[in-house]
Amino acid sequence: MLDYLASVGLRAENHRPYPRFDLSREAWAELVTTLAAKDDWSLLGLWADTAIVHMALRDEAAMTVGVVSLSCPEGRFPSVAGVRPGAIRLERTIQDLFGICAESLVDPRPWLDHDSWPIRLPLSADPPDPLGQPEPYPFLPVEGPGLHQIPVGPVHAGIIEPGHFRFTCNGETVVRLEQRLGYVHKGTEWLMAGRSIAEAGKLAARVSGDSTVAHSWAFAGAVEAAVGAPVPPRAVWLRALMAELERLANHLGDIGAICNDASFAFMLAECGLLREKVLRTADACFGHRLMMDRIVPGGVAVDLPAEGRDAILGLVRDIAVAFPPLVRIYDEKASLQDRTVGTGRVDGGLVNRFGAGGHVGRASGRGLDARLGPGYAPYDELEFSVPVFTEGDVNARVWVRIREVEASLSLVQQILDKLPEGPVHVPVVPMAGQGMALVESFRGEIMTWVAVREDGIVTRCHPRDPSWFQWPLLEAAIEGNIVADFPLCNKSFNCSYSGHDL
Amino acid sequence: MMVVQALLAGVFQVVQMALLLLLAPGLTGLVRVIKARLLGRRGPPLVQPYLDLLRLLKKEVVLAENASWLFRTTPYLVFTAIWLAAALVPTFSTALALTATADLIALVALLASARFFLALAGMDVGTSFGGLGSSREMMIATLAEPAMLMVIFSVAILVRTTSLSLIVDFMLSGGVGLRVSLALALISLLMVAIAENGRVPIDNPATHLELTMVHEAMVLEYSGRHLALIEAAGMMKLVLYMALIACIFLPWGIAAPNDGPVELLIGLVTFVLKLVAGAVLLAMFETGIAKMRVFRYGEFLGGALLLSLLGAIFLYVSTGL
Repeated sequence: MLDYLASVGLRAENHRPYPRFDLSREAWAELVTTLAAKDDWSLLGLWADTAIVHMALRDEAAMTVGVVSLSCPEGRFPSVAGVRPGAIRLERTIQDLFGICAESLVDPRPWLDHDSWPIRLPLSADPPDPLGQPEPYPFLPVEGPGLHQIPVGPVHAGIIEPGHFRFTCNGETVVRLEQRLGYVHKGTEWLMAGRSIAEAGKLAARVSGDSTVAHSWAFAGAVEAAVGAPVPPRAVWLRALMAELERLANHLGDIGAICNDASFAFMLAECGLLREKVLRTADACFGHRLMMDRIVPGGVAVDLPAEGRDAILGLVRDIAVAFPPLVRIYDEKASLQDRTVGTGRVDGGLVNRFGAGGHVGRASGRGLDARLGPGYAPYDELEFSVPVFTEGDVNARVWVRIREVEASLSLVQQILDKLPEGPVHVPVVPMAGQGMALVESFRGEIMTWVAVREDGIVTRCHPRDPSWFQWPLLEAAIEGNIVADFPLCNKSFNCSYSGHDL
Repeated sequence: MMVVQALLAGVFQVVQMALLLLLAPGLTGLVRVIKARLLGRRGPPLVQPYLDLLRLLKKEVVLAENASWLFRTTPYLVFTAIWLAAALVPTFSTALALTATADLIALVALLASARFFLALAGMDVGTSFGGLGSSREMMIATLAEPAMLMVIFSVAILVRTTSLSLIVDFMLSGGVGLRVSLALALISLLMVAIAENGRVPIDNPATHLELTMVHEAMVLEYSGRHLALIEAAGMMKLVLYMALIACIFLPWGIAAPNDGPVELLIGLVTFVLKLVAGAVLLAMFETGIAKMRVFRYGEFLGGALLLSLLGAIFLYVSTGL
């Protein structure tokens, strides 16, 4: 893939660690046609700068990553959504934020912009005033006898993030689900632009609170790549330790919450207890339950205290004892299995077309993991396997989590065994450059791209949460299921609203 | 003598109605506390349902603009119907004023009317959740009501009456013996009770997921005192079913018409003990099972209907009517 990109584009300087190529309009259009034939070149991200569109691609066979850029002074670029459906919402977002128009986009409706912001096109060179008269959002038409609609949200009966779901049903059976997101748009990218690295890092940590470690790591990795800053070895290992603790906490919480959505509260109580233990250990070791702002460009903000090692080893022992009986209960509870097996099935082909990672991908046979491919330190020195299931149902997504909990327990132990001594932070010396990083969060891979000026100001940062490629699949998963099973499917996906709405 | 008896029956009736009103929130609270303890949580205090009802009674009622008279009157209708139905079930004494006028069939009719109005009110405002809840509730009802009636027929064939007080007298007389039909009827009635009260695995009273709700979805638009009445009616219904099962299948302790104060006291204490036992069993059952798919309701309640039907047939064959 990189050879092909080099042959059609001009390699840009100062883009690390993956190469970036400037493409002409014709070359971009040609790339779109090529993509149609290259199924294993998956979309990693599509984002814009003031008048440039960038696209990150991954060659899944060679495990290489490349970025292509198209300068579009007229404010239009050929859409890639036709060949990579995961790009549809990204292109709609680019239209909403930058006013750069994707030509022949199959679905040109606004996405994040509900016309309730004080300005329109916030990231364009000259943001216009809002229209003031928001038109009703045109949902896709559904026709047929006996169909009725159930609008759900954005405010839900439980305390969860806001999102609107429009169900079209025939009795209890869902014929189509259409999502409308964007209610928690915080203008993160707008806020990041023009801030110092430290300030932008704090914003990156708040893109999605449950994966704050992974988002901070992705941002730090991108900044370090951009300015060529070294990271002390101990800091690299501590980052992995925090990331695995975060994965543990989230997966444990999810397993319980999925069972609770089938009204089996016992698992929620037991898994909640284990999750709480992880969070308290994290608090004791790193001074924050979610370990927010603990990973910073140049290393980590706090070192693991001397007694922290024993605390974490004790935690691993506790979970290793308490978790297997819970897994047995889950596996042997017929009434619970009846709800999860066969519910919310996602086809493997669809997962590949959208390039979905994490438990959504792995439950449907797509076993990619950023820790292994393209891979990053220190996971090259650790032994672990990535669980892959092919059923694609809620049960498979639960099992991916169960296996990942076991893998993370082993990883935490290995990390503690191999944790090197030394400093944990080296100040970052600013330098102009662009960098990107892929980090595996508990949901899937996060791709963060950052451009830094020579005085250490972040001119543009784009954190792409894994939820971008998972949300659309939820619409497919629920089709043909019954309305009452939607919460179960939704929880088994557990996509981030905040990470997606930015 | 007759006048004294009638007077006493009237007094007992009033005492029973007050007792049920007083105990109902406590029973719901007890189930919640036991469920919480089983999950290793401390849980809300026992009096929380009382406090919740008081809070709701104090709050203002928020009505949808297009709510009709039906929506506003339904809470009163539902509460009255279920309270009245509960008053028919002998709890501590069979000497009840309403015994002579109302029987098991009347009880089923009262419950059905309450549900009918609630389902109409659910659809009245025109929200999608109300309609969703009403349609699910009616689906459950169409399956649960025949099963309930079959149970009543089984018992009626055996006892030759549908009057609850006479059933209790007959059961206490010891002439029943151990009967397969009654066991089948008991299982069937338990299943119906679970469905009718919206408990796991049919419905989850504690859920916050609007799409999975049945009863909660139907009453989602209610607020203030309206909601308080509907919640209270729901709590009353739980007591009603426990009292009903207890009076048909475990009638021991219930005082007979001419019993003295000691027997009455025993009746009261055993009734409360029966409720506590019921709460423990319900909480344990609910903790140990996940909710079933909406389309499985038919299998569950179809099973209940089948069991009660078998019970009636066995009885028919064995007694050779």
